[in-house]
Amino acid sequence: MKKKILQADNPVTEVHDLTVTYDRKPVLWDIDLTLPKGSVIGVMGPNGAGKSTLIKAMMGLLPLASGYVKMFDEKLDDVREQVSYVPQRGTVDWDFPALVKDVVLMGRYSKIGLFKRPRQSDKEIAMDCLRKVNMEAFAERQISQLSGGQQQRVFLARALAQHADLYFMDEPFVGVDMATEKAIVDLLQEMSAKGKTVVVVHHDLQTARQYFDWIVLLNTRLVASGPTKEVLTDELLAETYGGKLTLLNEVSQEIKNKEFPNREE
Amino acid sequence: MEALLEFLSFQDPSVRMVTLGAVILTASSALVGSFTFLKKKALIGDAVAHAVLPGVCLAFLLSGEKNPLLLIIGAFITGWLSLNIIDFVTNESKIKEDTAIALVLSVFFGFGILLLTFIQHGDYAEQSGLDHFLFGQAASLVGEDLIIFLSVGLLLIALILLFFKELTLISFDRQFAQTSGLPVKWLELLLTSMTVLAVVIGIQAVGVVLMAAMLITPPAAARYWTDYLPRMVLLAAIFGAFSGFSGALISYVSPAMPTGPWIVMVATTIALLSILFAPARGIIFKMKRQQENQLKILTENILKSFYHLGQKHQDMKHRYSFDEIHSIRPSIPKPRLKKGLRVLEKEGFLRKKENSYRLSAEGTEKGKRVVKLHRLWEVYLTEYLYLDPDHVHDSAETMEHVITPELEKKLEEMLNYPDRDPHDEEIPYT
Ligand SMILES: Nc1ncnc2c1ncn2[C@@H]1O[C@H](COP(=O)(O)OP(=O)(O)OP(=O)(O)O)[C@@H](O)[C@H]1O
Ligand SMILES: [Mg+2]
Repeated sequence: MKKKILQADNPVTEVHDLTVTYDRKPVLWDIDLTLPKGSVIGVMGPNGAGKSTLIKAMMGLLPLASGYVKMFDEKLDDVREQVSYVPQRGTVDWDFPALVKDVVLMGRYSKIGLFKRPRQSDKEIAMDCLRKVNMEAFAERQISQLSGGQQQRVFLARALAQHADLYFMDEPFVGVDMATEKAIVDLLQEMSAKGKTVVVVHHDLQTARQYFDWIVLLNTRLVASGPTKEVLTDELLAETYGGKLTLLNEVSQEIKNKEFPNREE
Repeated sequence: MEALLEFLSFQDPSVRMVTLGAVILTASSALVGSFTFLKKKALIGDAVAHAVLPGVCLAFLLSGEKNPLLLIIGAFITGWLSLNIIDFVTNESKIKEDTAIALVLSVFFGFGILLLTFIQHGDYAEQSGLDHFLFGQAASLVGEDLIIFLSVGLLLIALILLFFKELTLISFDRQFAQTSGLPVKWLELLLTSMTVLAVVIGIQAVGVVLMAAMLITPPAAARYWTDYLPRMVLLAAIFGAFSGFSGALISYVSPAMPTGPWIVMVATTIALLSILFAPARGIIFKMKRQQENQLKILTENILKSFYHLGQKHQDMKHRYSFDEIHSIRPSIPKPRLKKGLRVLEKEGFLRKKENSYRLSAEGTEKGKRVVKLHRLWEVYLTEYLYLDPDHVHDSAETMEHVITPELEKKLEEMLNYPDRDPHDEEIPYT
């Protein structure tokens, strides 16, 4: 079978037997993988492959049809503080009355705790993170006045401000210019050297080789998971991007149409 | 008039109480409403307002008395139930939220009216005043009732202040709030409950039908004035409080008037004024700014033409008749040109004698500056954006009016004070 799933020696997160459905239609089948600590990890696959779905399911934003997810060997709810998520863009109302620095400061809320106001140190961290994504000049701007790429960078800064140990970023570089993308990747690699783990959904095969230590190839089912060199092979890529999944899709559609249960109960 | 003065003197303790009541009720609705507004759930308020009616009637029927605490509890239960049914229907079926709201609203309200009619036709000694729930009557807020309503209002204000940060986050980005470990479900439950409570007590002041307006109108008006959330929420509270105050006043001056419609009228007027006059976002402000820009372009273009003519005649003080000026810029309609000339004369840039005009010293300077900016911008476009010299004129026609003195200085330094523009015309400096 054309697949290659390697286990990490020092796993920071474990996905076991994960199946996710929308409206009964399975969009992720039986995903089983581990991701290594202290690395920058790329999640790749064609549009509709289920990359966003995988990340959302791991972040507990979608109900799981089966399986479980563990982070730092714990349930996500016990380690939320250590995990940060940057959604694919376009999920918020950018006309919301807030300044850029206010949005980045939101990354600190869970650390500040209920009832309390942000401390000076929180504000400094927020500014520092804005600097890291080259947006400090925009700190006082109303968020509705940002371009798409700038919005993306603000969300990145907000995630950085969380000072988490494990980051999930869904296509963080969409609309971000090459120079900034490069600077952010350098930053992510620096972070991974300090033991943090960053999972990035990414589309560009060219840059993937330089950016990532570990790659997950996904197309409805898991095709590969392992160190970049071993996984980015023509064969596995062909399987991910060219593989014929029409039959699988037809079956999925059938399950939805006939309202079958996904598993025998 | 006499009643008005009497009211404003606040001598009568009951006036003080009623006013205080109306102000706190409307301010707390506006505060809670700010977050419903930001969450784009404006219609929710309407649903709850209608859904509390059966709760009020049931509480009255079951207890047989008009105890405010019981009425609030009854209202809270059905209001809360309605919101959860709306959520349930939206999540579990293909029905969209607006349809779900419409369905739930009419079912609950219909049932409420049914009960109210039943009560009015039965012989309940205490039933008079229940219909205040329909239209609101601030003046009926007295004694123990008032204390209870006030406490709820103050509780709401305190909750908003305590949870300001978290409510902001769940309104802006629910998903992020959830993944960063905030108790989102719990916070949303809190906001829902606060919305229901705000509606339940607000109804005392404005009544069922208009309650939604009290939640949404003040924040919508406040949004026009600021982009800073804490300021927006504060303004909403002030707008709400002012409407409540006015309502109480009207209620006092003519007791037969229902308070609700007046409160809402005042709030709506504030919103209307905001839409028209708020700086930066207001319609009038935008129109005025556009007009000012148009006038600036017109007058600067006229001065520029004078300057060009002066150079041609080698005499900056040369006089020109109106027709001569018009023949240079035939695209400007004559009345517009007349207006421009009049403004320039008034501001001292042109001197008029009989029917002819000449540049003043200031006018010469200003005309020269416009020409300079035009040519500098052309140099900039060719040197920095590599545009062909024959493609730069149109952009310069606009930019010459836009460039501020600071930008002008930067431009000069960046280009190192060039002598000639891409068309080999001289760039005039002072
Ligand atoms: N809310 C939803 N309801 C129903 N189906 C959905 C929903 N969201 C996604 N899907 C389906 O699930 C599948 C996986 O979607 P997902 O968004 O995870 O893809 P993706 O790999 O992130 O794609 P992209 O590269 O376009 O972001 C797609 O076939 C999509 O049509
Ligand atoms: Mg996606």
